[in-house]
Amino acid sequence: MDVINHDILIVGGGGAGLRAAIEISKSNPSLKTAVVSKVYPMRSHTVAAEGGSAAVLKEDDNHDLHAYDTVKGSDFLADQDAVEVFVRDATREVVQIERWGCPWNREEDGRIATRWFGGMSRKRTLHAADKTGFHLLHALFQTSLKYDTLMRYDEWFVAALLVDEGKLGGVLALDTRRGVFSILAAKAVILCTGGVGRMYAFTSNAGIKTGDGAALAYRAGAPIKDMEFIQFHPSGLLRTGILITEASRGEGGYLYNKDGKRFMENYAPSKMELAPRDIVSRSIIEEVLAGRGFEGPYGSYVQLDLRHLGEAKIMEKLPMVRELCLDFAGMDPVHEPIPIRPTMHYTMGGVHTDKDGKTPIAGLYAAGEGGCVSIHGANRLGSNSLTELLVFGARAGRSAAEYVPISKPCSSERLQSLAKREMDIIQKRYMQPGNGKEKAGAILADLRKTMDEKVGIYRTDDGLKDAVQIIQRLKERFTGIRITQQSKVFNTELTGAMELDNMLEIAHVIAMNARIRKESRGGHARKDFPKRDDEQFLHHSLVFKTPEGPKRETFPVTITKWKPEERKY
Amino acid sequence: MGEEITLNITRYNPDKDGKYTTQRYSIPYKNDWSILDALNYVKAELDGSLTYRWSCRMAVCGSCGMMVNGTPRLTCSTYLNEFYPKEITIEPLANFPVIRDLVVDINDFMAKLKSAKPWIIRKNKRDEDDTSKEYLQTTGQMDKYYQQTLCINCTLCYAACPVYGLHPDFLGPAVIALGHRYNKDSRDEGKADRREVLASEHGVWKCTVVGDCTEVCPKHVDPSAAIQRTKVDSAINWFFSFLTGRK
Repeated sequence: MDVINHDILIVGGGGAGLRAAIEISKSNPSLKTAVVSKVYPMRSHTVAAEGGSAAVLKEDDNHDLHAYDTVKGSDFLADQDAVEVFVRDATREVVQIERWGCPWNREEDGRIATRWFGGMSRKRTLHAADKTGFHLLHALFQTSLKYDTLMRYDEWFVAALLVDEGKLGGVLALDTRRGVFSILAAKAVILCTGGVGRMYAFTSNAGIKTGDGAALAYRAGAPIKDMEFIQFHPSGLLRTGILITEASRGEGGYLYNKDGKRFMENYAPSKMELAPRDIVSRSIIEEVLAGRGFEGPYGSYVQLDLRHLGEAKIMEKLPMVRELCLDFAGMDPVHEPIPIRPTMHYTMGGVHTDKDGKTPIAGLYAAGEGGCVSIHGANRLGSNSLTELLVFGARAGRSAAEYVPISKPCSSERLQSLAKREMDIIQKRYMQPGNGKEKAGAILADLRKTMDEKVGIYRTDDGLKDAVQIIQRLKERFTGIRITQQSKVFNTELTGAMELDNMLEIAHVIAMNARIRKESRGGHARKDFPKRDDEQFLHHSLVFKTPEGPKRETFPVTITKWKPEERKY
Repeated sequence: MGEEITLNITRYNPDKDGKYTTQRYSIPYKNDWSILDALNYVKAELDGSLTYRWSCRMAVCGSCGMMVNGTPRLTCSTYLNEFYPKEITIEPLANFPVIRDLVVDINDFMAKLKSAKPWIIRKNKRDEDDTSKEYLQTTGQMDKYYQQTLCINCTLCYAACPVYGLHPDFLGPAVIALGHRYNKDSRDEGKADRREVLASEHGVWKCTVVGDCTEVCPKHVDPSAAIQRTKVDSAINWFFSFLTGRK
């Protein structure tokens, strides 16, 4: 098999991946660095983030306030030392991306403007209208083009990490265009592959969000952390689950039930619509369960009303919300309230890392949604994730660039034998010529239904027990998967099967962890254990893959300044 | 049996016979389905080998551009009900080499994008990575370039551009619009660095002002206007260099 040598590979070309790539390219251009991505980088799902990016910029704000808001938002599961690093670096990173061309909205005096966001005690969310992720990703991508030393493997799919005795040696990757597998050797690999959203049916996430990085790391022996914590965003557009930004509420939008009441006053009277997402999403479900939701052909919903903001403000601050409503719901928020319900949005958990993106495997790093430091704990605050991409993308990049000169590469022979073992698995698992009978689409549909119904906003022991069993059966069905073609060029059936395999692997861990965590904390809400239980569960979960199945361990939460307290808004 | 709609889809697989054919699929007609929903139905239920790109399904990632009844469109935000009960023809984006079925090769676009230097250039390089404070920029200054920042690189404008069809060397609408975007940004000092490419024989002067690019742009970037403004700028520059003898 071909071996192409590098120093550092970044898997995934979204916000975290590109920020890491730029950091390495500008600090040490002599390193042979490449971004390997299954899509062209500007197609990455960072592009769909809307509302903004949080950082302390204004005179009335300070780092401790941002840190406390984040820790309280996390339901005290965030590591406070990591949060302190995050808020400090955040201020620098949002200015850096301004210098790279991001068109942040401005105050009248030309300084960067900020807006309100859920769970934030100050107006600290920078924004580029409501297309912040789009502008941030394109600013990063276009800036990355100025580094001639930075290579890219666009539309290459990473099938396995090659790890030799606890040390990273490279990846096995499929050039989808030619249909050829190669070994991309590297001393360091940074996984920036995003979350797992597509394993849910009603999700704001793009088709590419299939938990690839978590599955790659997990199979290679690295633990994945806090996977049971899934964020449901309160405002998913009916039918599709497409995101309607929290900035709609940050700019003054109201939530109404069918009695015309702003129901958030029953759940979070001090913050109202700007309570953190887990709380607002549960409140919507409570309203619906109490019979106070609207009913329509796409199910129950509540209304997000922007009409009082007026057309001018909507066009200036929320133009994408209007576009999305017109294009995907056939209604105009200037004249009608938006029908919404909670949509699976974000994966708090991910590959276990420290503050510098390091995993327990030497040379393996992770950053962004696919990593878990953890700064979000049990619930992420809106607008902390775009900032996270910048902060921890840069930190992982710096850390990998320091590691590479002091490490030795894996031998070519060893890589060949590791790759051969992986190729045998791929042949057997995904490429059986017409032997299988199981359709990937049917397995995926069953998985998505199971996750929505049994591993959703509210969870119970019975539901989670079912979910684990169903997922195990789906995994068995997967071994009989049918690929109808042996074509090499752009075989999306093959890559789709690998993505489905990744989702099944991680879904199992999510459901298992959710069942073990017999408490309610942040995004993880158990009907049968409605209270947070710090005595038993103030810890992270780490899950390792073993021949006997997933093995769960606990990992301590770092507490510096803020003792856990009751979380009320 | 409910209502049905017929899709005529271009098939091409270099691994098979390398011939372009059209395959007909009859699928259930759903009033609220996009073309992309229909393609996903075909792939999941009828023909796993059908090949196309998609991701965000909310008209922002730029992956799913195809020719729909002869016009370049984003298939995630183009609906069956616009055509029903007529048949719909779905082809790969025009003017690009085809990799397989509805997937085209956009590497030419990617190379041209880089050539226009779409990043902030400062005379003092240290400014570029200085994080001590932001550049000040008023909303009025932002208005001068903001429209062109909205390009999602979907390349529909290349599929629509008759000049690109005839002269593949033409930089093309989106790349010129993005070059113009940085030229007009008050934070940028790189206009002279971009002039070589934007005003070259393959740059703005090749455009014959047909305006199809602006018409098909799903994000109202108006590349045609950006090209004409860049022409004016380079003409003025040429005029002044003639007067003053500088280059």
